[in-house]
Amino acid sequence: METIKDVSKNEIKQSGMHTINDILSKNIRQYAMLIALIVIIIFFQISTGGILLKPMNVTNLVLQNSYVLILAIGMILCILTGGNIDLSVGAIAAFVAAIVGHLVINMKMGVAPALLIGLLTGIIIGIWQGSLIAYLRIPSFIVTLAGMLLFRGLTITMLKGLTLSPFPESFQKISSGFIPDFFANFGFQLNVTPIVVAIIFSIILILAQIKKRAEKLKNETEVIPFPLFITQLVLIVFALNLFAYWLAAFRGIPIILVILGVLIIGYHFFTTKTVPGRYFYAMGGNEKAARLSGIDTNKVLFFAYFNMAILASLAGVAFASRTNSAFPLLGNGFEMDAIAACFIGGASASGGIGTVIGAIIGALVMGVLNNGMSIMGVGSDWQMTIKGFVLVLAVAFDVLSKNKSKA
Amino acid sequence: MIILEMINITKQFDGVKALENVNLKVMSGEIHALVGENGAGKSTLMNVLSGVYPHGTYSGEILFQGKNCHFRGIRDSEKEGIVIIHQELALIPYLSIAENIFLGNERAKSSVIDWDKTYNEAAKLLQKVDLEEKPDTLVKDIGVGKQQLVEIAKALAKDVKLLILDEPTAALNEEDSDNLLNLLLELKSHNITSILISHKLNEVLKVADSVTILRDGSTIETLTKDDAISEDRIIKGMVGRELVDRFPKREPKIGEVHFEVKNWNVYDPLISERQVIKDVNIKVHRGEIVGISGLMGSGRTEFAMSLFGKMYGRNISGQVIKDGKELTINSVRQAIEHGMAYVTEDRKTAGLILIDDIKHNISLSSLKKISKRLVINDNQENRVATEYRKKLNIKSSSIFQKTSNLSGGNQQKVVLAKWIFTEPDILILDEPTRGIDVGAKYEIYTIINQLANEGKSIIFISSELPEILGMCDRVYVMNEGRIVGELDRKDASQESIMRCIMQSNRSVI
Repeated sequence: METIKDVSKNEIKQSGMHTINDILSKNIRQYAMLIALIVIIIFFQISTGGILLKPMNVTNLVLQNSYVLILAIGMILCILTGGNIDLSVGAIAAFVAAIVGHLVINMKMGVAPALLIGLLTGIIIGIWQGSLIAYLRIPSFIVTLAGMLLFRGLTITMLKGLTLSPFPESFQKISSGFIPDFFANFGFQLNVTPIVVAIIFSIILILAQIKKRAEKLKNETEVIPFPLFITQLVLIVFALNLFAYWLAAFRGIPIILVILGVLIIGYHFFTTKTVPGRYFYAMGGNEKAARLSGIDTNKVLFFAYFNMAILASLAGVAFASRTNSAFPLLGNGFEMDAIAACFIGGASASGGIGTVIGAIIGALVMGVLNNGMSIMGVGSDWQMTIKGFVLVLAVAFDVLSKNKSKA
Repeated sequence: MIILEMINITKQFDGVKALENVNLKVMSGEIHALVGENGAGKSTLMNVLSGVYPHGTYSGEILFQGKNCHFRGIRDSEKEGIVIIHQELALIPYLSIAENIFLGNERAKSSVIDWDKTYNEAAKLLQKVDLEEKPDTLVKDIGVGKQQLVEIAKALAKDVKLLILDEPTAALNEEDSDNLLNLLLELKSHNITSILISHKLNEVLKVADSVTILRDGSTIETLTKDDAISEDRIIKGMVGRELVDRFPKREPKIGEVHFEVKNWNVYDPLISERQVIKDVNIKVHRGEIVGISGLMGSGRTEFAMSLFGKMYGRNISGQVIKDGKELTINSVRQAIEHGMAYVTEDRKTAGLILIDDIKHNISLSSLKKISKRLVINDNQENRVATEYRKKLNIKSSSIFQKTSNLSGGNQQKVVLAKWIFTEPDILILDEPTRGIDVGAKYEIYTIINQLANEGKSIIFISSELPEILGMCDRVYVMNEGRIVGELDRKDASQESIMRCIMQSNRSVI
């Protein structure tokens, strides 16, 4: 027994060193993808002659990719439950857009009630697919493949194969409107609102992080070393304010960005801090163990697909608002973009690993690639090829780094 | 004439010796029985022989028909005529009998299957094993007993010289078992040698020419017909180990009846007419460690899992009574709320989230305790994990270490920590020390004793008899889904437990 105690003492002594490695190796995919994202941004910034990061284009990037970001958030939850994917999101988006379009344009209904009916449609679809997957245990691949055909078919039927346009202005605002500048009368050249918001957020963030660190120290749990902590914080605050400056230099905060921000923060909090969020990771990690631990895994699975359908509806509305139309092929291939974003962002194809932030980074990598290559005049054929290559490269990196850590 | 000789076989798993200098000598044309408790090393030895563990992963020599063999895989050993039939049959349910017989060994001309030949030869083989089925019947449509015969026909198709059967009658009824044993005798007359692994000693006595007894990974003795093989003699060899001081001392403080199960019946979840648990009645007192002993497949795990929120079986009936009040338990969550905890026998596939860290695994069943309005208090979670890591002496770099990187003993401690943190009154421990080394076992025994001393009731399931005897105040013996004996500490011995099992086997067969 004596020797055992000695060993554990030594281990505790070394544990400080271990944690840095632990933290780095645990998040290596996310750090790597973040670095890759920055490299890609720098590359395109140079090769497009500075167009990529022009204020207008930054705002454009947000607007262009809003639908993928929304879908990636939902998709990561599906993937977490055990590598299940949802193939029907593009079709659901189209279907909801078609319904809203029909109500608003053909039936002259108000935008708010039409949106409510659109949301309700998403809820019904979510209950339908969620029940089949979670309670009848039909493989998600099959249910959502069927959903993809089903809802695409219904969309085409509803639209009679035609495009519905234009939407009233208030509907277009969702994806192309901006928050009015509260400081417009003060005579600034910039739209000051985003900068004020960013500064407020920065202060909240800094205070929260310091408080969290202090609490951890008080409880004697291991924390990352102080210099690393400061560097991290400074970088985040810097990025936040730089982004705010770009927005300010164009037209301010897009409405869709507010929606996105709420979703990202909300789902990030849900997955990292809450009890049901933890259940997603437990189920994907080992469903049997999760069930034996008292987790209702059917409920978890149901919620993943229920939630996905609702977010898909939202994405459909956002996209229809941006293109100012509802058309039969709306959302075609969206599911693939969202799935790719999650895997690029470090999700595991067998479930239990992945983060909302990772999926967002993955979606941004794809978005910047699209945008950068378009500006450079690369054809869509080559864009597709390059995106495919990036996806395989990212996952290969994941597999290789895992094998290495095993050996 | 000696057909097979295994000399000084030693095989280690992660530094734990599963076999140590095992010797086995099988004569040509005999039926050689291999007996021993669970974990004695029978299956490991046969896996070494058939090349499942390739040459180089063990030490020692295998001489087959006088030739030194270096098998790199199962194909190599089959080429020599050694065929193993595992407990879990390796048949493909949606293929026909004929296709299964020639699977991997197809009757074909340049890769194109010759169906006429396949069916003709299959029919001949079926005749040989006395199975009256058409060769084109799907395997899923015939019973387990007949499937077993198909496996043997498959072996015959490979021109088998040495047939190894791992517990072939475990899932068979009396009639099918008899058929199978007669077939073995029939094959013997055609000069096919068999090695039979079995727990049913009456079967062994019926057909075997010699018996080799394994215990704790070593050969104890080989009995031949001249030695007057008897059940008593074999049991003595199987269990005759001295009890060293492997168990921490405990002064039992046993209180009133705390937990009772009455008339518990459970049916198989897939085959609805098969009853897995039959009329089980047990009671546990406060502060008592009650053992459930029995061989693998006796229904212990099924019993425990069906109690624990109906995680196993269907058509479950019976009463669960705690402190005199009957409980309704329909889900694991309810079981936990009623103060039950179940530590699974299989920590890797059912106990741990292996890709997650120690901290998250410990808190998983009690997230409500460390959260407020569903938001987890991170600091509290860290505190709890740190506390249990210290208390149970979980050797790891930190509470953030992934559980997949821990040793078996430390993984088991994490599972225990998870359940102790739910603050249960009744703990069901299913094989809590399986596959972990002696030192860690001692630590886990100490933890269990401590829990009992705190007044918790403990149901201790184990196939290791010494462990049951060393730890438990009272022992229920289970066999084929029934309680076939209840022994007090003073009456319990390895012989008396084994006798309960063997006697009930006899009454069934």
